[in-house]
Amino acid sequence: MLTRSSEPRPLEFYGDGLPYLGEVMVKGRLIVIEGPDGSGRSTQVQSIVTRLESDGHAVVDTGLKRSELIGQGILEAKQRLPLGKRTLTLFYAADFVDQLEHKIIPALQAGYIVLADRYIFTLIARSIARGLPRNWSHNVFGFAPKVDLAFYLDVKPSVLFHRVFQKYGNLDYYESGADLGLSDNLYDSFIAYQNRMAKEFAAMASQYGMVRVDGDRSIGDVNASLQSKIDEYLKSI
Amino acid sequence: MTGDPRRGGSADSSRGALIVVEGVDGSGKSTQLRLLDKWLRAKGMSVYATEWNSSDVVREITSRGKKKALLTPTTFSLLHATDFADRYERDMAPLLRAGYVVLADRYVYTAFARDVVRGCSARWVRKVYDFAAKPDITFYFQAPIDLAMSRIMVGRPKIKYYEAGMDLNLSNDALDSYRIYQSRIVEEYERMIRRDGFSVVDASKDIEEQQMLVRRKVVDALPGLGLGDGGAGLGAEGPEARR
Repeated sequence: MLTRSSEPRPLEFYGDGLPYLGEVMVKGRLIVIEGPDGSGRSTQVQSIVTRLESDGHAVVDTGLKRSELIGQGILEAKQRLPLGKRTLTLFYAADFVDQLEHKIIPALQAGYIVLADRYIFTLIARSIARGLPRNWSHNVFGFAPKVDLAFYLDVKPSVLFHRVFQKYGNLDYYESGADLGLSDNLYDSFIAYQNRMAKEFAAMASQYGMVRVDGDRSIGDVNASLQSKIDEYLKSI
Repeated sequence: MTGDPRRGGSADSSRGALIVVEGVDGSGKSTQLRLLDKWLRAKGMSVYATEWNSSDVVREITSRGKKKALLTPTTFSLLHATDFADRYERDMAPLLRAGYVVLADRYVYTAFARDVVRGCSARWVRKVYDFAAKPDITFYFQAPIDLAMSRIMVGRPKIKYYEAGMDLNLSNDALDSYRIYQSRIVEEYERMIRRDGFSVVDASKDIEEQQMLVRRKVVDALPGLGLGDGGAGLGAEGPEARR
C-alpha cells in the first residue's frame, strides 16, 4: 500500500516554530502515539513500524529522552538529585528539540513517516500535572511541528498500576508523581497522578485533535484500532 | 526602574532583593558585581551570588554540545533555560523569600539578547522565562565594542566557537565573527533599556567611579535594605551595618 508521493508542503508549528529555519518544506507525515508507561505504547509502536515498512513506507521512529546529547544527561541528573518542576520541563524540551532538528525534521523533509513514541503532549501533561501554569507549559513547546495524526492510549489508572507492577516489579518515582507529595502511599499517589495526567490528555485531545484509544483492551485489539485509523489516514492523503 | 520592581514571578512576596548585571563580555560587569557583593557583605547583608550557565545539572551537557558544535539555536536556548530554572528553583527563589540579596551575573536578558540574535522568536523566549521575578535593579554596563573586545582579548589565545557566534556563520574569521555577534547583542540590549527598565552604567569610566554609581543606586532604589541615606558609607569600610 504505497501512497502517492505527496507534494512538498510547508511544515506548520503550534507556536512561533523555528524561525531561523525559514519555511521548511516537508513530504513526510508525523504520527504520534501517546500514553503512560505500561499502556503498551512501545509495543504498539514497534508493530506499527513493522507493518508500515512491510507496506513499503519509509519509517523512522523516535521517542523521549533519546537525543544523543541530552537524553543520558537527564537520566543521570534525575538519579543524582531531585530536579525542580520547571527544570524538568525545560530539560525534556531541550532533549526533544535536539531530536526534532537533528532527526524528525530531516526525516519529514526526506519523505519518511515519523512515528513518535510520545511527543510534546506527554511533556505538557506532566508539566501541568506538577502544578505549573497551563499557558507556560504549552508555550514552551511552541517550537514543535503540528502532528498529522495523534493517538493517546487511555488506560484506567487501576489497570495501569497492575501492568506497571507486573512489568517492572516496582513503581517509577516520577511516573507515580511521588515528587508531588500527593499521598504517603505510593499506590494512592500513582492513581492520583495518573488521573491528573488523563485529565490533561482529555483536555488536549480536543485542543490538538488527538484521538483517544481505549487502552484497557488487549494488545491485539488496540493494535487493530490504531492500524485501521492509520491506514485510513494514509489512504486519505 | 519600574513602579513596582517586585512584580511578576514567584518573588512577589519576597523580602529580599534581586540585583542583576548585564552587558557584553568584557564590559566589566562581573568585577562590579564582585565589588558590590563585598560591600553588601561588609554591611552585614545576607548575600547570594549566582552566575549564568553554572548549574551542575546541565553544565556538562552544554559544554559537550559546545565542543562538538552540535547545538541548534533552540537547543542552545533551552539548555540555558534549564540551567537558569535549576538555579532559580533551587537557590534564587527560596533565598529571595528568605530575605537574601541575590546578585545575578547575567539574568534572563542575556537569553533575550543571545537567543534572538541566534534567530529564536523573541516572543517565545520571553514566554519561556516568564516565571522569573523581575529584578529590583538591572545594571546594564554599556561598553563600546572595541573596549570590550580589547579587555576580553587580554591574555587569551583565542575565542571559543559559540562565544564568537561562529554558529551564526557571520564570518569565517573568529575575531570578525565575534565583533559582529557582539554588536548584534548590543543592539538587543539597547532595545531593552527602556522596555525592561535597565539602569545604564557607562562601562568606559573608572572601575571605582562605576562602583560608586552602582552603590548609590542600590542605596536609593532599595531603601528597605537599610543601607543608609546615600550620603555616606559607600565605601567598603563605611559605617557598620544597620539593624
